[in-house]
Amino acid sequence: MTDLKQIINTKLELASSPHVHTKLSTERAMQMVILALLPCVLSAVIYFGIYQLLIFLVSIGISMGTEYGIKRIRKQANTLSDGSAFLTGLLLALILPPNFSLVFTGLGAFVSIAIGKEIFGGIGYNIFNPALVGRAFLQAAFPVQMTTWTKTSFNVDAVTSATPLGGFKFDGIAADLGSMFLGNTGGSLGETSALAILIGGIFLIALGIVNWRIPVSMIIGILVFGSLIWMINPEAYMNPLYHLVGGGFLFGAFFMASDWVSSPITAKGMWIFGLGISLIIVIIRVFGGIPEGVMYAILFMNAWVPLINRYTQPTIFGAKK
Amino acid sequence: MSFFSINKSFKGGVHPDEHKDLTENSAFEIMPYPTEVILPLSQHIGKPSKVLVKKRDLVKSGQVIAEPDGFISSIIHSPITGKIKDIGKTASVGGRPQEAVTIVAEGEDEIVFMEPLDAESITSEMIIERVKEAGIVGQGGAAFPTYVKLMPPKDKNIECIIINGAECEPYLTRDYRYMVERTKDLIVGIKLIMRALGVKRGIIGIEDNKPEAIRMLKEATIPHPEIKVEVLKTKYPQGAEKMLIKVAVNKEVPPGKLPLDVGVVIQNIRTAISVYDAVVKGEPQFTAALTVSGFGITTPKNLIVRVGTTIQQVLDYCGGTNDDARKVIVGGPMMGVAQYDMSAPVQKATSGLLVLTEPEMKHSQETNCLRCGACVDVCALNLIPKDLAKFSKAGKWDEAEALGVTVCMECGTCSYNCPANIPLVQWIRLGKQRVINIQRSKQNVS
Repeated sequence: MTDLKQIINTKLELASSPHVHTKLSTERAMQMVILALLPCVLSAVIYFGIYQLLIFLVSIGISMGTEYGIKRIRKQANTLSDGSAFLTGLLLALILPPNFSLVFTGLGAFVSIAIGKEIFGGIGYNIFNPALVGRAFLQAAFPVQMTTWTKTSFNVDAVTSATPLGGFKFDGIAADLGSMFLGNTGGSLGETSALAILIGGIFLIALGIVNWRIPVSMIIGILVFGSLIWMINPEAYMNPLYHLVGGGFLFGAFFMASDWVSSPITAKGMWIFGLGISLIIVIIRVFGGIPEGVMYAILFMNAWVPLINRYTQPTIFGAKK
Repeated sequence: MSFFSINKSFKGGVHPDEHKDLTENSAFEIMPYPTEVILPLSQHIGKPSKVLVKKRDLVKSGQVIAEPDGFISSIIHSPITGKIKDIGKTASVGGRPQEAVTIVAEGEDEIVFMEPLDAESITSEMIIERVKEAGIVGQGGAAFPTYVKLMPPKDKNIECIIINGAECEPYLTRDYRYMVERTKDLIVGIKLIMRALGVKRGIIGIEDNKPEAIRMLKEATIPHPEIKVEVLKTKYPQGAEKMLIKVAVNKEVPPGKLPLDVGVVIQNIRTAISVYDAVVKGEPQFTAALTVSGFGITTPKNLIVRVGTTIQQVLDYCGGTNDDARKVIVGGPMMGVAQYDMSAPVQKATSGLLVLTEPEMKHSQETNCLRCGACVDVCALNLIPKDLAKFSKAGKWDEAEALGVTVCMECGTCSYNCPANIPLVQWIRLGKQRVINIQRSKQNVS
């Protein structure tokens, strides 16, 4: 038996309740998201070759370096250990085209962290998804390189190296849904394999890190809005299933839109956010000049988040509705 | 098990590690008679009781030593036989010195009980009078004088009573032990409360992590169709009054209102047992029942102790604390009070004494708010904890008030669930107190 008096003086903590805490922490959440992205990294390497690992390396390295540098210049505490800079770098790499220039990759990573995150004050304060900010910059600065698609390693017929969405929009070619599900099509590194995305995404929902409402509302939205357009003229417009598995939709739904910082906090707000993203995606894909619109749709809805939060505050328990 | 539970529940809430297995199979032990007790005159919510004894007076166990001061107050009985050693400030739970009576044991334990009454023929008035005489205070945590709750204002129409057997705080197994050890007495106690209030309907709400209690009470209530056992999904804070009422009778208590405004009175399991003891045995509330648990205590137990026994004595009786003990908590881990002075006494409503170690608490580094919405998701009262905390921290009392800071019941669910480990409820508590003070001072001016 220990002498309790001794413990009182030296080790006993005094704090107000609650005295227990969930296992989840910021650091652990970031680690879990990184873990959930491994299937996508794997699919990128399988379909596009080992070279792609360099893109990951550069993107993650520059992201972390940028954050470290900015924190140093601003004389703030180093936040690398929370894992969020690593994650931003990883996410950016996954939405870049295969065999993308390493210099441009680094530039994109710098913009992601510097403009997308640190300029607002660092983790928790950014309005837009940092990785998407980086990609939007690259899209504007290097439009040709950003839309140069490599065919996958297993694409035996090798007719086209266009993405399924681009192929449909510009050439009217419908890709094989099965290949799209597995990821054997042209597209960004981590976006082609619906299977890999679903493995990671469902894992995160099960852990409670991704709130199910955002991916679910986006999926319902894309199927409903996609079907409405499709029913007008099934010949001219895409089957809603293409909307679902094509382009960056699923990756955006599970890993981008669901980003904690840049998505709404209320349940109702999450539904509005998710449905809004899908509506804009369908509009861009069907009526826009570019085949894909996930990035712009998410960034656009990010800007509405503060307003959505304000107007979707839940009614306090027991108060009159 | 409860993850897939189809039992009734409320929106929000969390499911912390229960750790009830540490003590759920330990029958109550009666702790040996203490050599000295400390009795704070505030054993309850309301005005402190008025002392009736002087220094060096001799008292017997069960003898009244303090009387109520005003309507919301309570009688206090001596828990031991001995001599009044001192009347003055002593250590207390929470740390603030409190006016208390200290009694030193002297001679054999002589117990003076009240006259037992017949539970079958007793009238409502007699029950209320006896509950008052026995100094019973609510055992759910707030320690509200029970007799006051049995006398609702005439304009409130009470339809039913709910007996709170949720015991949603992790670790605690006191109410569970009463449900399985004194099932029959509990039913009689509930019927006495129902008669006192003149209600025809009683509901016992029990979380589904206590299947044995559910089985025994369902069996015991077969001859009493007016009492129903309601099985609740295991989720914190199911035992909160508003959540319990919502699930049991599907009514929402509006902000700032009380259960009796929706026709409900809630009593705790042990309160019903105390009512039984007071009426049938004539025993005043001079003992406390508590779960002593946590990985920092050598032998976890469920104990019945004389009120006023010090925390140190209880810990010693349970084999003392382990080397890795980090926190001593009076109450449960979600709403209990951390304690540093072990000479503070156990009070009438003390339900638990926990000694926690670092791994059980799982505290992590605090980071910026990530706006993940985890606090909003679990707040059972539909508040936005992150904003309430933010405004409280910034001293923006008007904004905090507008968002409902005073509605918060301080259950701690938001802080528990925050991945950034921000002390949300702690800030909210501060804001709530300030806003209430401001509201009061405005009322006084006008």
